[in-house]
Amino acid sequence: MIKTRIIPALVAATAMTAMGGMLSGMATAAETEQHIEDVSFSYEGPFGKFDRFQLQRGFQVFHEVCSACHGLRYLSFRELGSETGPAFPEEQVKAIAALYEVADEEGEPGDTRPGKPFDNFPANTGAGAPDLSLMAKARAGFHGPYGLGINQLINGIGGAEYIYSLLTGYTGEEVEEAGAILYENTAFAGGKISMAPPLDEGLVEYAMHGGEEGQSGAKAPEASVEQMSEDVSAFLMWAAEPKMTERKQSGFRNIVWLAGLTVLLYFTNKALWAKVKRKE
Amino acid sequence: MSGIPHEHYTPKTGIERWLHSRLPIVGMMYTTLMIPTPKNLNWMWIWGIVLTFCLVLQIATGIVLVMHYTPTVADAFASIQHIDRNVVGGGLLHDLHANGGSLFFVAVYAHIFRGLYYGSYKAPREITWIIGILIYLAMMATAFMGYVLPWGQMSFWGATVITNLFSAIPLIGDPIVEWLWGGFAVDNPTLQRFFSLHYLLPFVIAALVAVHIWAFHTTGNSNPTGVEVRRDSIEVVKKDTVPFWPYYVVKDLYALSLILTIFAAFVWFMPDYLGHPDNYKEANPLVTPAHIVPEWYFLPFYAILRSITDDLWLMMILPFDAKLGGVLAMFGSIVVLALVPWLDTSRVRSGRYRSKWFRGWFWLLVLDFFVLTWCGAQPAEPPYSIISLVGTIYWLAYFVVILPILGLVEKPAPLPETIEADFDAHYPPKEAVAANAAATPAE
Repeated sequence: MIKTRIIPALVAATAMTAMGGMLSGMATAAETEQHIEDVSFSYEGPFGKFDRFQLQRGFQVFHEVCSACHGLRYLSFRELGSETGPAFPEEQVKAIAALYEVADEEGEPGDTRPGKPFDNFPANTGAGAPDLSLMAKARAGFHGPYGLGINQLINGIGGAEYIYSLLTGYTGEEVEEAGAILYENTAFAGGKISMAPPLDEGLVEYAMHGGEEGQSGAKAPEASVEQMSEDVSAFLMWAAEPKMTERKQSGFRNIVWLAGLTVLLYFTNKALWAKVKRKE
Repeated sequence: MSGIPHEHYTPKTGIERWLHSRLPIVGMMYTTLMIPTPKNLNWMWIWGIVLTFCLVLQIATGIVLVMHYTPTVADAFASIQHIDRNVVGGGLLHDLHANGGSLFFVAVYAHIFRGLYYGSYKAPREITWIIGILIYLAMMATAFMGYVLPWGQMSFWGATVITNLFSAIPLIGDPIVEWLWGGFAVDNPTLQRFFSLHYLLPFVIAALVAVHIWAFHTTGNSNPTGVEVRRDSIEVVKKDTVPFWPYYVVKDLYALSLILTIFAAFVWFMPDYLGHPDNYKEANPLVTPAHIVPEWYFLPFYAILRSITDDLWLMMILPFDAKLGGVLAMFGSIVVLALVPWLDTSRVRSGRYRSKWFRGWFWLLVLDFFVLTWCGAQPAEPPYSIISLVGTIYWLAYFVVILPILGLVEKPAPLPETIEADFDAHYPPKEAVAANAAATPAE
């Protein structure tokens, strides 16, 4: 009886919550059809984790290619050593930080110094390119169907997939518009983007996995455009939320004990009401 | 405090008597917790406890978030990232607070529709109902201003669109908008006053909740039959009720625990699902997002707001423009909720005993709510604009036309004599079962 009676209340709750998906699942119907490829990332799902080596490769792509124009201002260098992230050794984190020039708070205004692990990556606004710290959360790859938000419920919001599709979505066509060169892209809203295709086959030479010779030495994959795009998309997803793995792990613990508490309360409630309902 | 006869607290020890003669706080807590509650309440009566939990959750997480948040346009967005990335447990607090708002509104809508179905607003519970609508309005104001604080693109543009609504008021509209903004656009003064009010209003809500509870503890709870608890004596009251503690405390905790398990799945596995990706971009007054949409819980009223357009023949007759028309429709759709105790002419409280027409219209209203929510997230263009308009007309017609007329013409089913009789029909007393079995021998 309890089970059947609680259903309307729960249906109301779940239905209303699912409505929320419409907000972000809202169609970009008025715009050109965008093509977003669904990539199967290792971090997806309630138990997904980041692939440490993929994040290291993704960082390498960011460092050697993207960072020329884009900043990563909310990400701290120390996070690169995170166990659930790229897990670079401490010495390597220090070395990476030192490769970037950051504002020197103690010097004259405008002074810079080499970065330290506690610094954030520098902002980079020179080329007018957007900061990438939150890019994987600030874009939705999936929408619909019919504005119902179901695709996002199943596949996730798809920010990293959007980045992947953008990087692999160049058709090779160029158009001149108002004196600027635009590049045709199947993932970008409107179909034309001002960023030139950033990746070419073999542009990055992937280091051995594990960073140093002799460490867990699986061979790095070929640096195809698809591979680099996937790696840097995963890296940017991690950069947008470095503690995602910890969040999901604590989520699993919390749901287990809440479900257990619910079961206990179910039997407590049943026993308590049994006399009132003349069931004993 | 309660109007229903009940047992009172009697201080037994010396220290209890000492305190009771000076401050009868234990007696007040006893009366509140032991209040006789109809024993036939169903699972739609659990939302009150969920709402109370939400208020406490939002205030508790909010107070800690404020310790790390910076309410200036230069630093607000970065301070949210600071909370997410550097504050211990900060990301969790942020996710709990953001999704807690959604749970709050899920619960309040379920609570409101329960009241509409079971006629909980009817005499003598009009004050409880109106206080409830005031709480809902305060919740909307709080949620709206809270969404502005992260200073993302949707924060900024949502604030711009909604504050601009006030410019629809004739003559004094524009000065009011500038007064709200504290300037000539949504800017630092706007953010800071929204922050101040976002911190203040939850405590106003808490006070209103106390009055809400006081009011229905005076009239007694409504219940699914709509038949009142008999008040002849404490013994008679006991036939219709059980004490709130432990019966409803445990039942409510069970329901709350189940709901929190689902809530946890949102908070820990998809904290951004109910948000909007655009709010991960810092506010930029120079770039307008392609579609400006509010949080999901405002979408039905956003759809009503946008459904009134200048090409409607009604707008061609009326002496004001569609902008004011939309604002009036939106506020009107909430005002009719507040007035429903007087718009509904039926003397039968519970929809269970009203005509099948009532139930049909009621469920159509629920459907209308979902359709309007969906329309609110779509672009303001056909066919969504037409569906929104139909939805708006039905929403208003339900309260202004259907409820007043239906109560006069429908023929309700007979009500159960007492709550006890209804309860016994569901859970027959053992003697009755035995007597029936004896009367009809198994053959």
